[in-house]
Amino acid sequence: MTAATDRPQSAAKTESSDLILSALGMSMVFGGLVALNNVDLSIERDSITALIGPNGSGKTTFFNCVTGIYKPTRGDVILYPAIDLPSISLKGKPADVITHQGLARTFQNIRLFNNLTVLENVLIGRHTRMKAGLWGALTRNKKTRQEEAEAIEFSFELLVTYGLDSMANELAKNLPYGDQRRLEIVRALATEPKVLLLDEPAAGLNISETSALRDLISNIRENEKVSILLIEHDMSLVMTVSKKIYVFDYGRLIAQGPPDEIQRDPKVIKAYLGED
Amino acid sequence: MTYFLDLFMSGLTRGSIYALIALGYTMVYGIIALINFAHGEIYMIGAFTALLASLVLSSLGLTGWGLLFSVAAIAAIYSAMYGWTVERIAYRPLRGASRLAPLISAIGMSFFLQNYVQLAQTPNFMLFPDLIPQMPFLKPVAGYLNRTQVMILLFTIVSMVALTFYIKYTKMGMAMRAVAQDITMARLSGVNIDRVISTTFIIGSVLAALGGVLIGCSMRQIYFHMGFLAGMKAFTAAVLGGIGSIPGAVIGALILGFAESFAAGYISSSYRDVVAFIILIIILIFRPEGIMGQAQTQKV
Repeated sequence: MTAATDRPQSAAKTESSDLILSALGMSMVFGGLVALNNVDLSIERDSITALIGPNGSGKTTFFNCVTGIYKPTRGDVILYPAIDLPSISLKGKPADVITHQGLARTFQNIRLFNNLTVLENVLIGRHTRMKAGLWGALTRNKKTRQEEAEAIEFSFELLVTYGLDSMANELAKNLPYGDQRRLEIVRALATEPKVLLLDEPAAGLNISETSALRDLISNIRENEKVSILLIEHDMSLVMTVSKKIYVFDYGRLIAQGPPDEIQRDPKVIKAYLGED
Repeated sequence: MTYFLDLFMSGLTRGSIYALIALGYTMVYGIIALINFAHGEIYMIGAFTALLASLVLSSLGLTGWGLLFSVAAIAAIYSAMYGWTVERIAYRPLRGASRLAPLISAIGMSFFLQNYVQLAQTPNFMLFPDLIPQMPFLKPVAGYLNRTQVMILLFTIVSMVALTFYIKYTKMGMAMRAVAQDITMARLSGVNIDRVISTTFIIGSVLAALGGVLIGCSMRQIYFHMGFLAGMKAFTAAVLGGIGSIPGAVIGALILGFAESFAAGYISSSYRDVVAFIILIIILIFRPEGIMGQAQTQKV
């Protein structure tokens, strides 16, 4: 009884203090197509969680539901911002509010602002942490100017940390592919997310770029106090970085567990390779 | 030569007014791909507000530069409120609807505002006061340049420079460019797109209102239907320059202004609109995306 009053939302589910985000009973139906069917997924605080599954199994749909691009047909997303803060439901909130609450994502096909410079792309990510409104923009008062200077400094430091500072004034479209991937991740980090959702970050990267990406993801985990949810097809990457893996097939969750268990799970093998 | 210079100056000032209006069209289109047909009405409301404000302020004893600038400021603020409100009630509820829906809503808004001003201010031509003070320093060039033209050019240049800096260097300007490129991604990066869109409408309305005040000073008369043709011409200018492009709108407006002025001067004033639209047709045949526009590749 006391436990239930302490943590009313999730007392029945699991220990919420260990979790940063949980999706409960998520379903997404497009016309007659059930893209996601009653999926429960939780991300542990300060961990890397992976989401795998064959093409069309609903992984990106899940991302879209969580980040507010789609409104899920059913289900709820709950964020536990910190152990001593109350949990927040993100269900049905618009994308910019969800970003403000602390979720940031990248896309399978890179979506940078191509005609903005590298630094400006990162500055857009700072937007959600800046306060000055129309009045500040019109009067350009001291507070606004100071805030903008701080945003530039913060963004440039991020570029330095992740090795993009030499290209800060290039247009994003002129960057090599691998750096564009990296920039997309840095832009997401500029929003100071609590949860970072990466949608196939290794797609289209060669072996050395993938290995650099693995280091990048581990670095982010250590430097930024952020939990990561990763969609990826590159199994060597998934198996080495993630603590827990969820497997989707045809919009359903078919398995979850640590990497070594998942590799041996007959249902997962069947989903990927088919039956005899 | 004097005749040519005369036509050149009148083309330049005409083009400047078109540019002030065209910027509103092109910025709104660039950000939400909507042709805001009510924009010409905002320009008309700017002119009417200036008329009323000037009557009140001059009866309170204000004269000269103080009168001009306070009238312009009142017209700009009042029209900005109209622009903001139009977006709020006619376009925002339709966000995410098919592209035709806000277009029809824009046309409806345009009719509504026109008829509202017709009822409130009568359908007659109204005399607009000469707000622009004498400029004795213009005496040496009196044949080519009058004070109204100087004022129009000055207002236009200052607004363009301010707008360029705003878009290039401020947080909101950067957000506008980001929203124009990828609205979903901007949202996911935490940009409050409703605020960006509102700001775009406010800026566009301020520029259009300044255009309205200047045209009032230049023509010395205004009427409720003036926004229609001016809006059409400015829209043409925006398409000519490449809709969505800010420098394009200015270039398109100047081309249109010069074409009209020279056609009226060297051919006949009844051919003015014909020449303007022939240029539009030629450019759209050979460069459908407009002078500064970028060809859009459709993504699957």
